[in-house]
Amino acid sequence: MSTTTNAPAEAPSSTAARFNLGAFAKKYLIVLILIGLVILLTILTDGAFIKTQNLINVIRQVSAIGIIAAGMVFVIITLGIDLSVGSIVAMSAVVGASLAQTADAAVIKFPGLDVPVIVAVLAGLAVGAGAGFVNGFLITKFKIAPFIATLGMMTAGRGAAYIFSNGRPISTLKDGYNWIGQGSLLGVPVPILLFAIVVLIASVMLNRTRFGRYTYAIGGNEQAARVSGINIDRVKLGIYVFIGTLAGLAGLVLSARIGSGNPTLGTGLELDVIAATVIGGTSFAGGIGTIWGSVVGALIIGSINNGLDLLNVSPFWQQVVKGLIIVVAIIIDERKNR
Amino acid sequence: MADEFILRMANITKTFPGVVALDDVKLDVRAGTVHALMGENGAGKSTLMKVLIGMYQKDSGTVTLEGREVEVHDTKGGLNLGISMIHQELSPVPEMTVAENIYLGREPLNRFKLVDKALMRRMAQELFDEWNIPLNPGMQMKALTVASMQLVEIAKAISYDAKVIIMDEPTSAITEREVDLLFAMIRRLRDRGTAIIYISHKMDEIFQIADEVTIFRDGQWVLTQSTAEMTQQSLITAMVGRELTQMFPKEHAEIGEVLLEVKNLNRGRLVKDVSFTLRRGEILGLAGLVGAGRTEVLETIFGVHRAESGEILVDGKPVQIKQPKDAINAGMALLTEDRRATGIMGVLSVRDNMLAAALRRYSPGGFVDAKRLEEAAEEQRKALAIKTPSLDQLIKNLSGGNQQKVLVSRWLLTLPDILMIDEPTRGIDVGAKSEIHRLISTMAKEGKAILMVSSEMPEILGMSDRVLVMHEGEVTGEVPRAEATQDKIMQLATGTEAAA
Ligand SMILES: Nc1ncnc2c1ncn2[C@@H]1O[C@H](COP(=O)(O)OP(=O)(O)OP(=O)(O)O)[C@@H](O)[C@H]1O
Ligand SMILES: [Mg+2]
Repeated sequence: MSTTTNAPAEAPSSTAARFNLGAFAKKYLIVLILIGLVILLTILTDGAFIKTQNLINVIRQVSAIGIIAAGMVFVIITLGIDLSVGSIVAMSAVVGASLAQTADAAVIKFPGLDVPVIVAVLAGLAVGAGAGFVNGFLITKFKIAPFIATLGMMTAGRGAAYIFSNGRPISTLKDGYNWIGQGSLLGVPVPILLFAIVVLIASVMLNRTRFGRYTYAIGGNEQAARVSGINIDRVKLGIYVFIGTLAGLAGLVLSARIGSGNPTLGTGLELDVIAATVIGGTSFAGGIGTIWGSVVGALIIGSINNGLDLLNVSPFWQQVVKGLIIVVAIIIDERKNR
Repeated sequence: MADEFILRMANITKTFPGVVALDDVKLDVRAGTVHALMGENGAGKSTLMKVLIGMYQKDSGTVTLEGREVEVHDTKGGLNLGISMIHQELSPVPEMTVAENIYLGREPLNRFKLVDKALMRRMAQELFDEWNIPLNPGMQMKALTVASMQLVEIAKAISYDAKVIIMDEPTSAITEREVDLLFAMIRRLRDRGTAIIYISHKMDEIFQIADEVTIFRDGQWVLTQSTAEMTQQSLITAMVGRELTQMFPKEHAEIGEVLLEVKNLNRGRLVKDVSFTLRRGEILGLAGLVGAGRTEVLETIFGVHRAESGEILVDGKPVQIKQPKDAINAGMALLTEDRRATGIMGVLSVRDNMLAAALRRYSPGGFVDAKRLEEAAEEQRKALAIKTPSLDQLIKNLSGGNQQKVLVSRWLLTLPDILMIDEPTRGIDVGAKSEIHRLISTMAKEGKAILMVSSEMPEILGMSDRVLVMHEGEVTGEVPRAEATQDKIMQLATGTEAAA
């Protein structure tokens, strides 16, 4: 007979039943690219790259990118973009740090104020969520293109971070706060732990909740989604609040890592986040994207950064090489759709 | 001997992952004839045509054009060989003008090598004049109705002066007036020696226009015969592989109390003071010409557009409908007319497409109950005999008719009380069509209320308990089943008879 399609009774899910190497390789091509990259860097660095401690470093370095990329997947699936995440990182960093300074700091933002570290953390997250809410509000209520709305937030947010901190890093922070970036739990560095938790939550959200399925539906065809009774504005607003909150979290991690809330933190970060997301297979045409893909994308970026450092490639050349690798990875990934 | 055939396709096989779309099929077309290609949804008709124009690459087989074997690697190659195609799914560039759409990718240039817009406009105008197409080349594509877009698409295919023109369901979105226009064009083309490959699910069209017919079933060639030697019944039997007895299986349903009442609904020029009632168990047909405002009435009731004024009552209680969500909560469902624009979510799976509207039911507390959802989707697939290798298949890879079935199931899953359906059987094959009609009938019998827009007169006459006719945004009359005739409805639809 001509088809496997015609016999639903015999083969309810023929794709699952038959292992198809071609399809498997296609789907996980990006993982193969990562593995290839790891092997290449290991050879080039005489094995230094593959050392456990170095691998942990790689993951810790990309945890901020990876955390935000999990949110960027939602954004890009719905045909949006968020350029403001780098600036949100800075805002959350200075606000969080300002509430976590010790009394003996040289310059104190809020003299005499002593709140528990958890308050500083919540404040940082709230700043992120608030900025995300503003983005979402502009996009859904005023129908401003996400590119423009978040470009505004990117510029204004960076300025706000400078104003808040008088242009200087807010330093000498409590140990409890620094623990978020420098400590570890059960032998696992806290940033990596947070990265893992975020990935887990985002995966469940995207795949297992109504919110996630609606995200795909909107990206697949916004008009059809609306006719299907999906409240487009509410879902989009939720998405921008979500990524804003994640950027806030990343701001806390990055400031805690260096022990100070620096208003220049996260400059240019949005580009690495978008690159990680897109390398991970999220499509700018909408409706397509996975969280695990963005994790792989982040790891590819981290491996490149770290490997080139180990190889003592000059920072200028690093940028060139990174750009090339990103483009090549995406070209290879695109070709699978032919 | 070969010369009488302008086109011969032989031993063509084409597979997609998990699907053998074409299995060693053939198609022989004579110059100066109209050759119908028929078969059920997913039989492989569109796929064969896409192979011919170079959009898909065949796995094996040969294509012979005017006695010469050819290899077509891309659509440009197809056009260069003199083969053009009107696609089943329209793909207009909405922001461009009609003329720009027609000459997309082959714009005439002036001496500075810039696009000569004035010349392009003139060329389009000449084309329209020659073929009696009542359109303005300077209009923006997005301002056109679906029917007019289809005319643009037809004009574009003709403008290549092709030797072979493929028409994949060209009449699925247009009404009789445009169909007559199209048929006049086809006859002229045929008399000039052009070969037309004509794909349609509409039987009467085939007997009107086609000289020969080739039938596929499940990706295999079944027969090629002159239409003069066939009857409607033998054609259907060859297509479906069994006999199909009852065309409009309308069952008797108990007509109950009023479920939906629309009072003085207004919106723009296409919905003017529309009032009607719809009872439980009733199928109300909404007839009219394209552009009469039928779709707009449905969309306004459903909250796709905001009404300017008017009242909607469900079960005697007024309801506020600001967006489709409110309508769904009030127990309504709307199967929209434009499958591509407001229906399918192309890159999503069949499963996700089915559950877009009813997901709430399958996600208590916001978490998706994957097991129940899977069962529901699987049940729909069986019930509507949707042809797909799995529920994970992307809906864009399904044949047009099967996409339509998925959308029907999307709304059935919301368990609506009031089912509004806009051209429900567009592009659906005869077998599936009677299945869908049976389904509508059964729903009416279960006490649901059905409002059906259709441009197919037999469908309106065969299924409706009562027919509401619209003309230029107004309801011009209401005809009970017993009095409904084609003439009577056409008179009201063209506004040549005063309201009854
Ligand atoms: N790009 C694709 N990827 C995977 N499967 C495909 C693709 N295109 C078509 N198919 C499958 O090939 C088969 C034939 O599809 P095709 O579109 O040719 O049917 P058709 O005869 O034109 O049907 P309809 O009358 O519904 O338009 C179907 O089972 C369809 O799902
Ligand atoms: Mg088709």
